[in-house]
Amino acid sequence: MAAEKAEMDALKKECDGLRAQIEAARKAVNDTTMTAAANGVAPLGRVQLKLRKSLKGHLAKIYAMHWSEDSRQMVSASQDGKLLVWDTFTGNKLVAVPLKSAWVMSVAFAPSANLVASGGLDNICTVYNIKAASPKTLRELDAHTGYLSCCRFLSDSEILTASGDTTCVLWDLETGKQKMVYTNHIGDCMSLALSPDMNMFISGACDSLAKLWDLREGTCKQTFSGHTSDINAISFFPSGNAIVTGSDDCSCKMYDLRSDQEVTDYTDATLNAGVTSLALSNSGRLIFAGYDDFNCHIWDSLKGEKVGVLSGHDNRVSCTGVPADGMGVCTGSWDSFLKLWN
Amino acid sequence: MPVINVDDLTDKDKAVMEVNQLKIEIKLERWLTSKCCEEIKEYIQAGVEEDTLVKGISEEKNPFKEKGTLCGARGAFWG
Repeated sequence: MAAEKAEMDALKKECDGLRAQIEAARKAVNDTTMTAAANGVAPLGRVQLKLRKSLKGHLAKIYAMHWSEDSRQMVSASQDGKLLVWDTFTGNKLVAVPLKSAWVMSVAFAPSANLVASGGLDNICTVYNIKAASPKTLRELDAHTGYLSCCRFLSDSEILTASGDTTCVLWDLETGKQKMVYTNHIGDCMSLALSPDMNMFISGACDSLAKLWDLREGTCKQTFSGHTSDINAISFFPSGNAIVTGSDDCSCKMYDLRSDQEVTDYTDATLNAGVTSLALSNSGRLIFAGYDDFNCHIWDSLKGEKVGVLSGHDNRVSCTGVPADGMGVCTGSWDSFLKLWN
Repeated sequence: MPVINVDDLTDKDKAVMEVNQLKIEIKLERWLTSKCCEEIKEYIQAGVEEDTLVKGISEEKNPFKEKGTLCGARGAFWG
């Protein structure tokens, strides 16, 4: 017993020492913040986007949405037990996928648009072929021991999942087996995002940390701290050299990968609601963050200022997404509606 | 490859995992934040003119606009 305690104390001491060294190394290169560097950049003024469409169709809370790479189709998931594939130009529903389990938390569109995937409290990531005459279950990826919080296709043959069991997994869709398991978080993984070059991905978790992973090696390369509560949303900055996170601590943060630290904090004293989701505009200038206060607030990523708000939902904004062509932003809510703005 | 169940990890396993991870991360070469922020700023400024959500879009070019009342009843025809 005493020996075990001594061992733990030694390990803790080693951890503390290493963390202090890392903090010192970060401080040594910290010669400016983003807002200071952006001092000479002209402010944006008020960003006023208009509501273009309200998509009605789900009968319960919407938990997730994902754009197709064609920037026209979009898939949404609701705890009414359905996935709906929409044509956002016409507002028409193209496909309805009935789910075995209504407790869905995540949905993804494959880059080919042939497949969609979803999962939630069933701990399973189910992949559907939506090009068949009627949606057909292609695979049930069943190995996580916790809820499925997020999933993203790399292609029609590989998908990444994040889970409440604290791991992320890369799956081979041809065999249905795990290719790689990414273990390092000590809290539920809530969100993941692929790097633009697809060699890395980032995960945000309930341990309030964001981690950068080498997809093929399976190793955690960098860890970003600073949030004081669960990280619910995470995204790469379009250049691939920075990441943006959103948390239950009511703030968003931008971390730069090469200086290995936080460069901006997006907080507002009047915002006391947790961040549920986020998406960036194509240039990276705007951050659209969905909050528990029923709004999606718009941030100037360079100046760290709130520059607008998308108001109209009657309940929490649970998901946000900007399509690949950057032409608009979609918000999904517990009020069962999806809204398109630009 | 089995999924590692974090519930099975002892406190010592978790501490060892953390130490090993920190030993990896300590080796990272870090760039000056001024250089990084400058690059981010340049990336944005290079793309901001084409950023629809910043610059706006004309009614005719807007793919999400509601179809005009002239063809309102026949919206599906155009869809």
